[in-house]
Amino acid sequence: RDPGKNRCCIKASRRRLYINCLCVIRINVIIVERLCLRLKGCMKCACARPDSHLIYFQVVIWRAVASIAWSVLLLPVTAAVFVLLSRFSLFHPIQWISDCTSLLAASSTVFSLVVLCGVVLITGFFNLEFYTLVPAIPCSRMALLGTVLHPRQCVHSLVYCTMGMLVMWCASVTIGGRYSTLGTPCRQSESGEVVTCLNEYHLFILLAGAFMGYSHSFLGVVQNMYYVSFQPIQQYKYPRFKGCLPMVVKCSVIQALYSARNFAAFYFFFGYAPKTWISSTLNLQIDSSIQPLDSLTGLLDFSLLYHLSISGTFLYLTWYLTVLLFRICVTEAYSFPVQSTFTEDAEQSLPKVLAEKNTLVMKFLALQDLALLSHHSLSRRLEVFSLSQPGGHAHNWNAISRECLSLLSELTQRLVAHQDAVASNGRVKSQSDIAETPRLSVPLRTPGSVFKSSVGGANNALTAPFTPDVNSPFSSPAIRRLVGQQDRQSPCFGTEQSPHIMRRGPKLWSASTGLSHLVAASFSEDQFGVVQTTLPNVLSCLVVLLEAVDRHFKLPHASSKPVRTICSMGDSTYKTLRFALRAALKTAIYKITTTFGEHLNAVNISTEHRKRLQQFLEFKD
Amino acid sequence: MCSLGVFPAPVTAAQTLLERNNELLSALHPGEHPQTHEPLSACVSVPRFLAVGSACVLALLRWASSFHGSLFPHLTLSSDEMVAEFSQMLDWSDSALRSFAWHPHTDKFAVALLDDSIRIYKSNSSATPTLKHRCQRSVCALQWKPLCGSALAVACQSCLLIWHVDPTSLSTRPSSGCAQVLSHPGHSPITSIAWSPTGSLLVSASPVDTAMMVWDVAAESAVPLQRVGGGGVTYLSWSPDGSRLLAATPSALFRVWETRMWTCERWPCLKGSCQVRKLRKLSITVFELMYAFIYFFKLTFFSQTSWDPRGERLAVLLKGDSQAVNHPSVIAVFKTRSSPVFELLPCGFVMGEAGAEPRFMQFHPHFQHGALLTVCWSDGRISHVPFYFSSAGLLGGDSPQQALASNTADHSSNKLYTEQIS
Repeated sequence: RDPGKNRCCIKASRRRLYINCLCVIRINVIIVERLCLRLKGCMKCACARPDSHLIYFQVVIWRAVASIAWSVLLLPVTAAVFVLLSRFSLFHPIQWISDCTSLLAASSTVFSLVVLCGVVLITGFFNLEFYTLVPAIPCSRMALLGTVLHPRQCVHSLVYCTMGMLVMWCASVTIGGRYSTLGTPCRQSESGEVVTCLNEYHLFILLAGAFMGYSHSFLGVVQNMYYVSFQPIQQYKYPRFKGCLPMVVKCSVIQALYSARNFAAFYFFFGYAPKTWISSTLNLQIDSSIQPLDSLTGLLDFSLLYHLSISGTFLYLTWYLTVLLFRICVTEAYSFPVQSTFTEDAEQSLPKVLAEKNTLVMKFLALQDLALLSHHSLSRRLEVFSLSQPGGHAHNWNAISRECLSLLSELTQRLVAHQDAVASNGRVKSQSDIAETPRLSVPLRTPGSVFKSSVGGANNALTAPFTPDVNSPFSSPAIRRLVGQQDRQSPCFGTEQSPHIMRRGPKLWSASTGLSHLVAASFSEDQFGVVQTTLPNVLSCLVVLLEAVDRHFKLPHASSKPVRTICSMGDSTYKTLRFALRAALKTAIYKITTTFGEHLNAVNISTEHRKRLQQFLEFKD
Repeated sequence: MCSLGVFPAPVTAAQTLLERNNELLSALHPGEHPQTHEPLSACVSVPRFLAVGSACVLALLRWASSFHGSLFPHLTLSSDEMVAEFSQMLDWSDSALRSFAWHPHTDKFAVALLDDSIRIYKSNSSATPTLKHRCQRSVCALQWKPLCGSALAVACQSCLLIWHVDPTSLSTRPSSGCAQVLSHPGHSPITSIAWSPTGSLLVSASPVDTAMMVWDVAAESAVPLQRVGGGGVTYLSWSPDGSRLLAATPSALFRVWETRMWTCERWPCLKGSCQVRKLRKLSITVFELMYAFIYFFKLTFFSQTSWDPRGERLAVLLKGDSQAVNHPSVIAVFKTRSSPVFELLPCGFVMGEAGAEPRFMQFHPHFQHGALLTVCWSDGRISHVPFYFSSAGLLGGDSPQQALASNTADHSSNKLYTEQIS
């Protein structure tokens, strides 16, 4: 062997690596530029219409960028763990550690990291584009198919396939050995000359990446991966991340094992096609001396399956961590000013953001902030109940209560409309009607008994068996909207509790000063007046909504519990939102009735509502 | 502070009926007990060799699986032993009554019996619904949901059950469909549960699990809050305003969580396991009280304290010595006053029937005429001992703390705005 030629080869390969590295860095820069362009676009929007977009930009986009930055920072850690696991050897621990350290410092690893950074950036971008606060619940299998075949979803799947292949390519380079390249030198059996053959292991790993990418994209639709829900309790980002990390690791391991099994089966049956295609396009020979992988003996290779599941876990973990960080960052509580001192930031004040129609996130964040303030912050509550300085109007309270009440009544109307639709369809037994209404199209997939009983208008279907389908609990658009609404509602109840808290708050104050007791009391009573004038509205609104919800629970299917999923990254809390709504409603009414007690008789409401409230007073509901 | 010498001598033969005019009155005839319920009997049959064998296997498994089992000896206990160790009920394993809970707003209470059924008694109704569920085994704690008429949380050996018992229904045997089953892998047996005062969250704890679960009950989802030190969580209690939560561990450590952002601070106990039972204004006084008791009474073990909702009577259950003949468990009642300075005056001992020892006690949450102490006795009886007194806050000046303390039930002094203008 010629040492000079060898060195030359090494130099050439290094140069090639550097060039590649530069290319990928360039691509990353382009991605970042695109992101910046989008941000700039948002900025322009914000400048053109300085109302809601500025604050949206300030809060949501900034948080998304922070979450992406955190995921990029986490990447070296997960990559190091992956390297350690992939090179694991039980009997040579010292060699294992030294191998791994040298590998971590190698230029190829750095190159892979740069590629992975690009993947994380794209994932973060997709999170920001696709995230939703209203879960999409397809009414039937056809609707689900439609969602999956939607062009937007197709682009998503394609990008995720590519990203999966990229990550798996990085993984195969890192694992090295027989996985590292697509072409390997091999000796032809007849002539004995050395030619380049197709390395099936490399191809196998790459195809696995594409398969996992597609299944991630598909399951994202089925499990509502991009649905962001607000937690029942508030935590700082780091403890929350720490608490969720074991769950995410477990999910990614389980998902990777499932995918590895499915892919092995897939490759066993269809592996021949891509193999021949690649070998014919790239003019690579197929080495006949090695056992082909699309056979039983080829697949039953422990080391191959181990590396496949390890790489799959790494792939899923990268994506899941990005999603998790995004969720954590976006749902973090944001404190809006109750009252703005300057007119420039009037748009950022709580009542204004509450009335927001375009950006749902801001509205949700505002409602969350309202719930927190009603529980935990006395000074901000006082601000809510304060009167405007010239004029003495309770603008803050009026605006906030008006918004909440309109949300509640909107939900009530939707519920009632939905019930009417179902009731009319229950009477009219024409098949066309039934087929048209999405609600009744569900029983077509469920056992026939349910179908009949629901058409007959009987409520016996409550106990009927329920297909363990991910999508069936919610079927009608009305209910879907209801689900979307509820998340807004439940924090909203915070406001209804504040009168009660406010009754105590100023009382302590007034009591503290002996002489000015009388004056202070009248002042505080004035403050009560602010709330109490809207009390009849609040009460009647709540009771009407409760009646509507009760009626809704009498519908078939509504009170049956959804099947609990064992382990998935998708958030399934939306399936139980209606129970949460009912519980929160009752608690809110109880809160008011126990606080005001017998005084409720002095409140001006209709007799039916009074009767209902009396039940609450006696704890009979 | 005070010592046992100041207490009036206990009348051993007679059962304590009530307090009136600052005196504890006893029943003249031992047979006459108008306030007690009939003994609740229950039978249980366990194949002995099976129980012992499985307990051994379980203990072995648990010992092997927990690498810090040697650090935390409670992990070597079997599931039942652990429940018995950390239950609020004294001598839980052979007690006819397993747990007891008053409803926070109405006159009804729930009792868990030895046969794992739960009965609900109401003040003006003869119907006593009996709750049974196949998951409902080794009930360790019960709690009614605040601001709700129907929901009852039950801590069982393997899971957490939420019963929805319709208060208007006359059914005596609600179906198991009325119960929600909440479980989380690795989170059993559950020995303590606590609803937040607003009823929105439920926190559950297990001595085996270092994480406590914060449940959103309607959504059936849990957020684990994990802190490694201490080896598990045995007891939970919310402060009355809902801003803090106390979590005791089996070792000499407890934590106080603030419930806004759910961060915690560690409080090491000075000695022994943490037996703090009530958190009231971060009860520094209770700690002082506890050590004062340990000092004065020379008792090794201090079992339960219960403070009535107005903060004027404090009941302390002192655990007796099972070996010695003349040292039964007793309940000592104190009159307390928190302003202007904290005062503790002896009131007397609460006695049961001859031979019966107190196992558990709880004050009625909103008794109109003073305080009502409910005691579960070792013979399966439950007795209610009323303490008639007028609140110091109503007689004395308008000090804000007393007004706050008595404010829960009393709304007569303040009127609504709409009432005033009309």
